[in-house]
Amino acid sequence: MTDKFKFAMYWAGSCGGCEISVLETGTKILDVDANFDVVFWPAAADFKYKDVEAYDDGFIDLCLFNGCVRNSENEYIAKLLRQKSKVLVAFGSCATTGGIPGLANLASAQEIKDLVYRDNPSLDNPDGVYPQEHYAVPEGELDLPHMYDTVKTLAQTVDVDYFMPGCPPESHQIAGVLDVVITALKGEGPLPAKGATIGVAPKTCCDECKRVKEEKKISSFRRIWEFLPDPEKCLLEQGVICMGPATQAGCGARCTSVGMPCRGCYGAPEGVIDQGAKMLSTVASIVDAPTPEEIAEIAASVPDPVGTFYRFGLADSLLRRAKV
Amino acid sequence: MPEDKIAVYFCHCGSNIAGKVDVEKVTAWAAEQPNVVVSREYKYMCSDPGQDLIKEDIQKLGVNRVVVAACSPTMHEPTFRKAASDAGLNPYLLQMANVREHCSWVTEDKDEATEKAKRILNAQIHRLPFNEALDPIEVPVNPAVMVVGGGIAGIEAALKLSATGKKVYLVEKQPSIGGHMAMFDKTFPTLDCAACILTPKMSAAGKDPNIELLAYSEVEEVDGYVGNFKVKVRKKARYVNTDTCTGCAACLEACVVRKVPSEFDQGLGKRTAIYIPFPQAVPLRATIDAEKCLTLKGKKCKQPCTTACGPQAIDFEQQDEVLDFEVGAIIMATGFELWDPTPETRYSYGQLDNVITSLEFERISNASGPTGGHIVLKNGEAPKSVAILHCVGSRDENYQEHCSRVCCMYSLKFSHLIKEHLPETEVYELYIDMRAYGKGYEEFYKRLMDEGVHFVRGRAAEVSSVALSPEEEGRLVVKVEDTLLGIVRRIPADMVILSSGLAPAKDAKSVAQTFGFGCSANGFYLERHPKLEPVSTVTDGIFIAGCCQYPKDIPDTVAQAGAAAAGALALVDNPTVKVEPTVSYIDPEKCCGCHICVSVCPHTAIQYNEEKGVAEVITAACKGCGVCVAACGSNVPQQAGYLDDQIFAEIEGAMAL
Repeated sequence: MTDKFKFAMYWAGSCGGCEISVLETGTKILDVDANFDVVFWPAAADFKYKDVEAYDDGFIDLCLFNGCVRNSENEYIAKLLRQKSKVLVAFGSCATTGGIPGLANLASAQEIKDLVYRDNPSLDNPDGVYPQEHYAVPEGELDLPHMYDTVKTLAQTVDVDYFMPGCPPESHQIAGVLDVVITALKGEGPLPAKGATIGVAPKTCCDECKRVKEEKKISSFRRIWEFLPDPEKCLLEQGVICMGPATQAGCGARCTSVGMPCRGCYGAPEGVIDQGAKMLSTVASIVDAPTPEEIAEIAASVPDPVGTFYRFGLADSLLRRAKV
Repeated sequence: MPEDKIAVYFCHCGSNIAGKVDVEKVTAWAAEQPNVVVSREYKYMCSDPGQDLIKEDIQKLGVNRVVVAACSPTMHEPTFRKAASDAGLNPYLLQMANVREHCSWVTEDKDEATEKAKRILNAQIHRLPFNEALDPIEVPVNPAVMVVGGGIAGIEAALKLSATGKKVYLVEKQPSIGGHMAMFDKTFPTLDCAACILTPKMSAAGKDPNIELLAYSEVEEVDGYVGNFKVKVRKKARYVNTDTCTGCAACLEACVVRKVPSEFDQGLGKRTAIYIPFPQAVPLRATIDAEKCLTLKGKKCKQPCTTACGPQAIDFEQQDEVLDFEVGAIIMATGFELWDPTPETRYSYGQLDNVITSLEFERISNASGPTGGHIVLKNGEAPKSVAILHCVGSRDENYQEHCSRVCCMYSLKFSHLIKEHLPETEVYELYIDMRAYGKGYEEFYKRLMDEGVHFVRGRAAEVSSVALSPEEEGRLVVKVEDTLLGIVRRIPADMVILSSGLAPAKDAKSVAQTFGFGCSANGFYLERHPKLEPVSTVTDGIFIAGCCQYPKDIPDTVAQAGAAAAGALALVDNPTVKVEPTVSYIDPEKCCGCHICVSVCPHTAIQYNEEKGVAEVITAACKGCGVCVAACGSNVPQQAGYLDDQIFAEIEGAMAL
């Protein structure tokens, strides 16, 4: 070990996109190497849990934790890394707000298993085999982590220093954050206030979006496969549910610049408690119909409302989950 | 920051609240809550001694936050806020907890009511530390008033206001003012001739220098706020120059399109394509019906009207005119519509001849009506028997639950008129209950009983032409259960008058929306308070009068019109008015310029600043409705008095127990 700062990165309930995004910083990753010793990073280096367990408390200077807390293993490592890290960052949508896996909070763990191992029409599982948490083999006992009913965010599990949203966080934002952290660790600059959301820009996604925005009155909702959106005009004005107005800026409005509506991965803007509820309120406010019946008809045309408005934020929402 | 000292006052409201809520228990509980320094209960908090309790505690105990658990804030919030203010406390540091409408009146069980009252109170105890002192905003008042609707209510209100020297815009949809009253023959119970008492008022309104009469016009947009409404009125093209037209009616004589059903005569009489609705019309000016006029339809016509018109007033090129003006107050007097009995098919309206509505009978019995006042059947003969069916479309769960209030009396009037014209004719009144509640009404009913009218208590079951006896042959037959005799009767009649109820105007809801207030469940305009503010609406500066509020007779309408005029005058007679400071504010540092708030603001109080790329609230135009707060995706507009932390604290408080 050198006297360089210690860096860890971990994936809990996640897809791996966050790891790719870190590597996508390009030559910036060399700065990481120049300033840090990687002491734990399952996706990139061969360390074991026992190595981490052996570190002193606070040994890790910077830990980027991505993924939600979905099972007992996620929870164990979250707590372990908290104990071993000076700065713990909830990295990416899943760690910050539950992300896509958070939509599992619409069902119980058993319902999900039933769907995956029993009811899925493409299955061939005549014996009804389900994964077992404990299974004895000649070589000994095999264990799987226990899957919880409720997906949690990192902050619902342990104390978190910073939040960095995005699915995944944009590389240029990661690079910026790394600069700030390295400067601070060297004692050459301040760290942001504890609990801050970092790697974002002020205002909302709309502020970064170049599309022309005018008054909004929506009389029908459409999805982008149904028509060719005007490339210049605000997507929401064209009836596409674009989460831009209720999403923190920082991504550079990459989706809307290529004709895709914002999906809301950068999370609720500062001051908003529940991103989905806020966007629902926004959309409801601009529906333009004279009668309650027509309003109901327009509202019914939104496919998968929870998946649309809470695509990344259900686990972190006020309601958190459906009743089990 | 001084520490929060909350005082709690729990009102018994006589037995209204104390009858259901254990007031002593809740008051004692409240005394134990965080920040609460004093907790009292009193029989009537709104009384002077009640208000004095608040004032004393503010002054002697240094109370700096107050919650009054009593009735709805729409009732007494101003009362208590004034008391707080008098004692030197900013009125916005006082909150009401509605434990009457939201609790004691709607909760059966006493224990449940007590627990609920605690939660309602706790919500405000939690909220108060987040309240901020606010100062009312003072704005200038435009002294002009707009009256919408030129029936008796609108005319009366306009005349009253004009008498005080105020400028009045009287807007009427039809070519002439007069409304329904102008169609009536006699008025109950005095049997005054409607025209004799109405036309002097119409003519006075038409000539009044303070009244700008905008007939054949409709309000398109209303913007602004109390004391400062901006109005857009569309003056529809009459195709007649009203400055030069003298109302001589020579064009009517000349017009070749002569068979247009007259709206004023309920389609019973005919008019020409260029017309004056009735001889006493105000303004007495001709109007061309664009849908009937051959020239305007692009067909060939020698235009004899143009030839006949001495002053050359006819102008086929005339266009609608849009007028913009500002007023300080608005009186809505848009009236009612007669309930159309067509859906009630068992009464065969529109199916059988001589089944007519009450308004049709008004025209038939009117000396200036299509029959010259002769009560006759379609074939011109006098009816030997007439049945008058009460409560058609009123007091009927299938159509309108409400009592239309005037039908019993006008039905009695009809009986009288029939007996007067045709003493030999049998008249049957088929009623459910006889509601003769006004001054001189019961006496009028008694008088009719002596005039030989047959009163049958029962709602008519059907009107048919199916004869079961020679006596019924070729006549209408009304089937009814006479609930006093306990038998089903078949009454042969030559004429059946359906005493149709009064219905809200079909566009009442959209009109109310345009003006920013609401309608009751029955569709009539909603008053601010059913008892204490029957002519105000929830929108400050907008008043209502007449049947647009609820069915009523002429005396009540006139009285209400006077009250509405007084309400408007009390406002516009002041140079300024204080408006609620609970308005929105947009932080330009946070606004992303997405235009959503601009789109949703119902009062056009938010403008987009192109230069800065952000939205801005025009404080004076903001009414504090909170729509922008709800609509903004990033919580940028914030409404004073309704900040997120205040609302969340309230929710926390309600849920905490």
